[in-house]
Amino acid sequence: MSANLDDILAQGLKELAVVTDLNQLDQVRVQYFGKKGFFTEQMKQLGALDPEQRRAVGQVINQAKDQLQSQLEQKKMALESAALEARLASERVDVTLPGRGQSVAGLHPVTTTLRRISKIFTSVGFAVVEGPEIEDDYHNFEALNIPAHHPARAMHDTFYIDPRTVLRTHTSPVQIRVMESETPPLKVIAPGRVYRCDSDITHTPMFHQVEGFLVDTDVSFADLKGVVYQFLRAFFEKDIQVRFRPSYFPFTEPSAEVDIECVMCDGEGCRVCSQTGWLEVMGCGMIHPEVFKSVNIDSERYTGFAFGMGVERLAMLRYGINDLRLFFENDLKFLEQFN
Amino acid sequence: MQISEAWLREYVNPAISTDELVAQLTMAGLEVDSVTPAAAVFSGVVIGEVLAMEQHPDADRLRVCRVAVGETEPLQIVCGAANVRVGLKIPAALCGAVLPGDFKIKKSKLRGVESFGMLCSEKELGLVAEAYGLMELPSDAPVGVDIRDYLSLNDMLIEVDLTPNRADCLSVEGIAREVAVLNQLDWSALAAESFEITETNTLGVAVEATDACPRYLGRLITGVNAKAETPLWMQERLRRSGVRSLGPVVDVTNYVLLELGQPLHAFDADKLTGGITVRWAKTDEELALLNGQTIKLDSEALVIADDQQALALAGVMGGSSSAVSDATQNVFLECAFFTPQSIAGKARRFGLHTDSSHRFERGVDATLQERAIARATQLIIDIAGGKAGNVTEVTTTATLPQRLPIFIRKQRVAKILGVALDDAIITDIFQRLGMTVVAQADGWQVTPPGCRFDIAIEADLIEEIARIYGYNQLPSNSLLMRADLGKATESLLDISRAADLLVDRGYQEAITYSFVDEDIQKAVDPEAEVIRLKNPISSELAMMRTTLWCGLLKAALYNTNRQQSRVRLFETGLRFIKIDGVTHQQSRLAGLALGSAYSEQWGEKSRKVDFFDIKADVEALFALTGREVRFAVAKNAALHPGQSAEILTLTGESIGWLGMLHPTLEKQLGFDSQVFLFDLDQGLLLAKQVPRFKPLSKFPSVRRDLALIVKEGVSADDITGCIKDSQELTLQDVVIFDIYRGKGVEDGYKSVALSLHLQNELQTLTDSEIDAILTRILARLTNDINAKLRD
Repeated sequence: MSANLDDILAQGLKELAVVTDLNQLDQVRVQYFGKKGFFTEQMKQLGALDPEQRRAVGQVINQAKDQLQSQLEQKKMALESAALEARLASERVDVTLPGRGQSVAGLHPVTTTLRRISKIFTSVGFAVVEGPEIEDDYHNFEALNIPAHHPARAMHDTFYIDPRTVLRTHTSPVQIRVMESETPPLKVIAPGRVYRCDSDITHTPMFHQVEGFLVDTDVSFADLKGVVYQFLRAFFEKDIQVRFRPSYFPFTEPSAEVDIECVMCDGEGCRVCSQTGWLEVMGCGMIHPEVFKSVNIDSERYTGFAFGMGVERLAMLRYGINDLRLFFENDLKFLEQFN
Repeated sequence: MQISEAWLREYVNPAISTDELVAQLTMAGLEVDSVTPAAAVFSGVVIGEVLAMEQHPDADRLRVCRVAVGETEPLQIVCGAANVRVGLKIPAALCGAVLPGDFKIKKSKLRGVESFGMLCSEKELGLVAEAYGLMELPSDAPVGVDIRDYLSLNDMLIEVDLTPNRADCLSVEGIAREVAVLNQLDWSALAAESFEITETNTLGVAVEATDACPRYLGRLITGVNAKAETPLWMQERLRRSGVRSLGPVVDVTNYVLLELGQPLHAFDADKLTGGITVRWAKTDEELALLNGQTIKLDSEALVIADDQQALALAGVMGGSSSAVSDATQNVFLECAFFTPQSIAGKARRFGLHTDSSHRFERGVDATLQERAIARATQLIIDIAGGKAGNVTEVTTTATLPQRLPIFIRKQRVAKILGVALDDAIITDIFQRLGMTVVAQADGWQVTPPGCRFDIAIEADLIEEIARIYGYNQLPSNSLLMRADLGKATESLLDISRAADLLVDRGYQEAITYSFVDEDIQKAVDPEAEVIRLKNPISSELAMMRTTLWCGLLKAALYNTNRQQSRVRLFETGLRFIKIDGVTHQQSRLAGLALGSAYSEQWGEKSRKVDFFDIKADVEALFALTGREVRFAVAKNAALHPGQSAEILTLTGESIGWLGMLHPTLEKQLGFDSQVFLFDLDQGLLLAKQVPRFKPLSKFPSVRRDLALIVKEGVSADDITGCIKDSQELTLQDVVIFDIYRGKGVEDGYKSVALSLHLQNELQTLTDSEIDAILTRILARLTNDINAKLRD
């Protein structure tokens, strides 16, 4: 009996020794420990023995069984570990190779700039409103206190569709459209395309502006200054120097041009700022009483400010772009720089 | 406007540098565009006099001159200029002089004759761009004096970019007035001249257009010498203001215009017939202008006429027939006030823009004429002699601008500027500006001077306070405002989300011009009624786009012409179409793709982008809003007839198009690969449903696959539509997962494999129920589209 058992154990260990994979190992396991395995059979035969013998023989069988079992476990661990190693080795890739799939592109720098401007203003409750680009003379000029033959019209090289219809020369007509249809308080920015009949190294016949205005019962020039300061510092992410210069727009009074310290040379003076250290970035002012009159808002009760800025100009300063015309050539080599 | 700093400082001379002066002007709203030296840098040039001259022995065109230069001995200088002659005073560059362009003068030999310097032209001194011969100096020019001192060349030219409201500064006196205010200096205008009236004749003046010409002053000056030389100082001041010298009479009118801002005109009195009338022109009346142009007038044009004809376009330009010439002996001098409304637009209408029209259409001081005509008369007599007659004046007080007091409220100043300034500060500012101020309980009655015709309302005065006080000295507030909570609209997708999706799918955003080339527009959208610009920049930018494809195609070509083989672009913006004569401006989102589907990469076989790649991108856009759309077979002139689809809402509204650029256009435009395009209406694309929750079924779903044989002409939509129309309640989804043609499938037919996904919300579907559903669906398919189950 025990001799037989020794043989079985020896045989088992021998078989284990030549096992090379988990399949073979499982076959060995079934052969010895399965339902019809050697050890299972041996244990079944115990029932025929008397209790004394049963314990003794059972102990011997269990010892042999444990011994083989433990070898089997060890073998299993070794094989599993080897298999894992093999898999890891076989699945090694060159992680420095580029990834595959669709590439990601980007937004036009004008759009990125517009989005940043909008974000800054909408964060304090300004609404974004758009208006038509083919605009009537009334909204583009007359309601903005620029009657026919006003010298200020010469500042706008206007594209005409017919004598009463133009391509808007600025985004200010949106101010009129909003004030015609809504009542104060109003906080609006109006981004969009504008058109001027001018094309050279520093002018393109189409460009973008953002008009902004605020109308309420107690809005002052000091509020305008505060908003402009905060906006420019937020936009350039820098505590930039800002100055206000008296200027003239028929639709605001007092009117101002806003200069910032040159971002190219930090105000030292360079080609971009014509050695002045300052760059003109926007126009603004208190909404003119005539404008309020044309939209039936009581200028005694309400006051307001308006400002307008050129988006390409801001984008050029922000990103250091040196040629306005690049914006509309849509050269991928240009556009992709802003992805 | 360009002025000489030296001239300005003759009026008012603050103790500040040029840079400070310029900064001061700019910060007061008179923006200085540029500051340039009146003369280029040069040194060592003095006034010389040609004492003697002989022919060069070996050169026909050279003369050997003896020139006095204020030293003990005259110098020998060889000169080639044609106008060199004995007695002439000229600028002489001595040895050691440095002329503009770092040109050093040294002792030299010209054809064997020694020369100790150089006689100079105006060009050689950098004063003008072109010159013929030596610069001729007046006979009283002091020999030996440095030419820079003599001509006051150490001067700066200040270019001021004036805003249209500040016409009061369109003169040296106007800017001087402003500088005096800014520096708190005393200031006085040029004193009125006094001269004797020695001519007894006058010319009659009648003003018919009294609205347009409230004041007209005219004076005869007889016996002038029109050939007299304009003095050098005046020529220099004119030159430094960018005005050419044209003879003493015209020079004086130009000089007074620059000095005082009042345009004047001089007629040759002998060429006039009868008296002067200021009137509206007659229809078809013609006028030959000084610049050679002949214009046809109408009743909108204001003219100065004699008894026979129109002589001048009032306030704009004189006529050639009555112009002053070298031969003129008697002059009729005009000094008028024309209202801005009567001159505005008139010059431009005839393509003209003159110093005179520039001032009149912006405004001229209506109180200035008397002083200006006296000043001009004096200068003409001083330079060209002559006898002045009495002034004939026609003034219509009723139409003359009145300087009425403006009431300005203290409280309003504080409300607009956001600060309560001291009364003393405010009144001081007004007084310095020459305004009459009368204090009242809650404000001031302020009357501006005649020169500040731009100031008419309270807001104008508030601006003046802010301007003189200094914008940068005014306070700045953090905004305190009423605010409503913002919106978070869910029924409308933001276009930026759609743009971001396209960016993430490899489309680069483009921005192209809204006006496009007629050729591309016609080719891409031949049927559309277009909107043309009256005054385009060029024929390539002449009409408003009816589709964004025009710009995208051009942008794509720009890139393919620059070795880009893969282009994916999109743009958002308006298209401009006309329907029944009405202009519509519609927001669109359009895209273009050409070249390989993916950028070049390892491990994937390169393939060209195709219809279904673009369709997937378009479908992804609709997935953002969950909008169900149909892709209908439809024809579009720009697209390949076999690869184009109109995108429709379920109710049949057109959202846009998708397809391959028509091969004919592909070739015509110059592409060498297929181009895919889409174009969508933003309104329909971005409308979104707020989601509604549906309970989830607890019972398992089952999938059944079918392989159908259908004719080629049967579309995927036909099949899925037929199945969906069965209205089987348990049918959740139909997915086509394979299309097969070839072995085992008859020619002209295709095999379409699809899976049906079934689920009942109330119970598990039994096999017999499923079989019954399939049988019903198959029957429909056979009946409606003649589909057969594949064996």
